[in-house]
Amino acid sequence: MIRLSVPFRQALSRLTLPVMLIFSLGCVLIGRADQNIANRLRAALDDILAPAYMLVSGPIRAAEHGTGEIGHLFELSAENAQLRAQNAELLQWQEVAMALQAQNDALKAELHYVPAPTPEFFTGQVVADSGGIYARSVLALVPPANGDPHSLIGAVAMDGRGLAGRVVDAGSRSARVLLITDINSRVPVAIGAAGAPALMAGVNGPDPSLLYWVPGQPPAEGAMVLTSAEGGAFPPGLPVGVVHYNAQNQPMVLPLADLGALRVLRLFSYPDNLPALTPIPHMRPDTAAVRHRRKR
Amino acid sequence: MASGPVLRRPLNAWRQLDAASRWFFPCATLIFGLFVLGMPFGIAGQAALRPVYAMGCIYFWSLYRPASLPAPLVVLCGLLLDVMGLSSFGVWAVLLLGLQWTTLALRRQLVPAGFLLVWAAFIALASLSACLSWAAESALNLMLLPLGPVLMQALLAAGLYPGLAALLIRAHRGPAAVELA
Repeated sequence: MIRLSVPFRQALSRLTLPVMLIFSLGCVLIGRADQNIANRLRAALDDILAPAYMLVSGPIRAAEHGTGEIGHLFELSAENAQLRAQNAELLQWQEVAMALQAQNDALKAELHYVPAPTPEFFTGQVVADSGGIYARSVLALVPPANGDPHSLIGAVAMDGRGLAGRVVDAGSRSARVLLITDINSRVPVAIGAAGAPALMAGVNGPDPSLLYWVPGQPPAEGAMVLTSAEGGAFPPGLPVGVVHYNAQNQPMVLPLADLGALRVLRLFSYPDNLPALTPIPHMRPDTAAVRHRRKR
Repeated sequence: MASGPVLRRPLNAWRQLDAASRWFFPCATLIFGLFVLGMPFGIAGQAALRPVYAMGCIYFWSLYRPASLPAPLVVLCGLLLDVMGLSSFGVWAVLLLGLQWTTLALRRQLVPAGFLLVWAAFIALASLSACLSWAAESALNLMLLPLGPVLMQALLAAGLYPGLAALLIRAHRGPAAVELA
């Protein structure tokens, strides 16, 4: 050990705090100047922690499932009756769907319709809803042998029913999905059958709000909200939610995706060669990540 | 340090290791706690728990055992908090250092004071840090963020400190006591 004189050591200990303060202020500046540093650190840490998160969330989910099973035992007959009624109703809908499918196929054959290419997708298990104080995001496990992990950045995340968010960070085995409820999330949407344009903005609450709809044509309560290709960030026509007016008479979107309890997400990587659909290149992390980081 | 060599046990490698591990105990528990609090337990407001825990630990150790929590380790914890909690890089490092600095400055008044005063001082400092983090995040994001999490953090700081302090006092007298090595 190096022996230092007492005054020198005192001076050194007095200097530590200011030097460290300058260092951390420098970190803030560096973080602002190049957000990739923080992103890369975050992705590396997520990659390390994802298996540990998996270990914890597995038993918790099993326990949730367990209590659910026991709870179901007491309500078996009531649930059975409800399911039978629902089944009968769904069978009617199935007939409607089959008729519509046949009609749709006939119309497409008439029009010589060229189907849109199916995007490549990965299914990822959500291991943690590791949002921050002012951020809403989830961490999903992606297959480790995924080649270039940055190809996932910008991928559209859907759960079974609707749009959940977009991948903002990707490591070799985990991907962070910024949810549509995050305060930095902006999704161009089309409302109703006419596809009236608007912007869906997250507010860190459970339901995102609708902005910039066409003046004089407020979105109708209960209208379907789909993604729009405006701006090129999203493919058109993905189901997002339903319009609802809150107590302040502001239009919100009730998301179809169960954002509070996401279990499995499908991450769709839309190919680059789609015309006017994805001007943001998925392959280059520095531009895609900077543009889609939650902080601008 | 006035005691002679008869009363002191010889400073062999094991004792040095013991002393080093005791010195490192506060920081190790702080970092380990940050990782554990990041685990997906599904608790509402879990994101707000992490900075409150870090502030509680740094406040306590700066008051009662400042030598065990040097400023570089506080910066490391702050950066870890920023990376794990999705806040702007470096913001919590600055805030935690500020908290440590203020606590060290108030040490002479707070150490002999009763628990209630120490608790009240922590609530005030933690709420101030939460407000500052809100202001910094709002400024860096160029938008007014919701104020709910600030209140949440203040309430968590008020509610969790007695329990946290009870655990940390035990650690202070047992596994973190370098003088017992």
